[in-house]
Amino acid sequence: MYSRKLPYLLLLPSTLFLCVFFLYPFVLVAWQAFVTDKGELTSEYFMEMATHWKFNTALINTLLLALAVVPFQIVLALYMATLVNGMKRGRDLILYIWTIPLGISDLAAGIIWLAIFEQTGFLNSLMQGLGFIEQPVGFLGYQNKGTIFVAIMLAEIWRATAIVLVILVAGMGLIPKEYYEAAEVFGASRWKQFTRITLPMLKPSLQTAMILRVILAFEVFAVVVALGGTNLPVLMGEIYTWQYDLRDASVAAAYALVVLGISIGFTLLIMWGLRTPKGARV
Amino acid sequence: MSRITQPADGTVKGHGVWHRYLFTGSIILLCLWVLVPIYLLLVNTFSTPEAVSAFPKKAFPDINTQSVEFFLNYSGVGQALWSSIKVATVTMILSISLGAPAGYALSRFDFTGKETFRVLVLMTRAFPLPLLALPLAVMYIRVGLDDSVLGLALVHTMLALPFAVLITYSLFSGIPVELEEAAWTLGCNRLQAFIKVIFPLVLPGITASAIFAFVISWNEVFAAAVLTIEHRTLPAFLLQGLGNAPLHLKFAGGAVLVLPALVFIFLVRKYLFSMWGIANR
Repeated sequence: MYSRKLPYLLLLPSTLFLCVFFLYPFVLVAWQAFVTDKGELTSEYFMEMATHWKFNTALINTLLLALAVVPFQIVLALYMATLVNGMKRGRDLILYIWTIPLGISDLAAGIIWLAIFEQTGFLNSLMQGLGFIEQPVGFLGYQNKGTIFVAIMLAEIWRATAIVLVILVAGMGLIPKEYYEAAEVFGASRWKQFTRITLPMLKPSLQTAMILRVILAFEVFAVVVALGGTNLPVLMGEIYTWQYDLRDASVAAAYALVVLGISIGFTLLIMWGLRTPKGARV
Repeated sequence: MSRITQPADGTVKGHGVWHRYLFTGSIILLCLWVLVPIYLLLVNTFSTPEAVSAFPKKAFPDINTQSVEFFLNYSGVGQALWSSIKVATVTMILSISLGAPAGYALSRFDFTGKETFRVLVLMTRAFPLPLLALPLAVMYIRVGLDDSVLGLALVHTMLALPFAVLITYSLFSGIPVELEEAAWTLGCNRLQAFIKVIFPLVLPGITASAIFAFVISWNEVFAAAVLTIEHRTLPAFLLQGLGNAPLHLKFAGGAVLVLPALVFIFLVRKYLFSMWGIANR
């Protein structure tokens, strides 16, 4: 009797916590976005958001950044994971170095890449030292949206590829060695082994990594503020502005629902695209 | 002969030295890609304020703590550091005390609703959690938690809890039930068996996941910036100063933010994989 109740007792605190701080707030945010102070249903806040001149730019920038960063990260992490798996000595050291960015916040990553891209920064110094330029270039000036975008992209790839790498290395560890031995016997090349064994067997890990990365990419915020200021609006930045500077929680909530919507949409898309047929799991 | 064309380790199989060069070269290049930007931040941090905004930059610092001292004495920094430490500590305690029992239950019992709970935990990953700060900001004003250490720590706990559950789940699963059962037959009850046998074995892992929770909270910017006004944490404080603060202040601040996180990640490196390995299935 005692032991039948025990698991529920142990789960109770965390379940209650998840209900109060995860499920309930998401209901609350929808309420905020659709219901006025007087309790009437309204689409006024959504209209205000959608007609604001920054909305479209912010939405497009956020999507473009995710599109530019995530596929690159997946490919890079796959390459890094195969390199690590091919190592005999020093594997742990290399893995440690490559996962260092895991501990670095997006704000810190933004500041780190600011050191490189700012007007008196290291990139300008290097280019002048090599004789490419006479005067330092304002890479992050408001007229250079393209280079701001590239700087943010690099900072994001630099910072958040590590998490994909960890997931993929863990996933590769789960693939039975016998498959590769069998492939070896039949004379399959390294590349063939990679495309016919590693990739299909890695699907669940790829799925986890992609969902996680896409969600985080839609949340991009501090890197953008550090490198672009307000020159390159993104959704989270707009949410912060509406909530904190303009003190309009309702429009901020409408924005939040947009982020939530595209996050859920892409999650479902990735789950569908990388589904593993039943019975094909290890 | 075949030993030469096909190395015994079977790792860098290839048609000669070029593959090996490419392999080693890629590894070195990727290490530099990770390390050089951090090095450059440190160069800026340990240069004089004048050198930080000078042009062109030198590749080596003149080892000077003026910028760091200026940052640490800057008004508000001490308070922000202290807030960060308080919030991260509360987050650490909350996420472990909520998460570890759940991890233990998941690894040791079969019961109805187990799958539902697991799905609930995994579902948190598909949601942009920093957004929680918005509705909670409203809720906190009502209950008097606005601009408080506990209020922010609760949001950060929400970020760290899924990890705490999954790490402890994999930790407990790694310890044979037989050990516990042996303790029971020797006269321990469930609690005693847990404290005397299981707890010492999982302690290093629990510490690692506590450290991880600390880092999550230490690094979090968005919720901290939305939920605090007077009691800004370090990231929120730095974010606010990004627009107008002098360069050397930003870089010193960035370094202060990065360095503890690096040490912490070094301490938990062994557990990074168990955390994700289990979550894949």
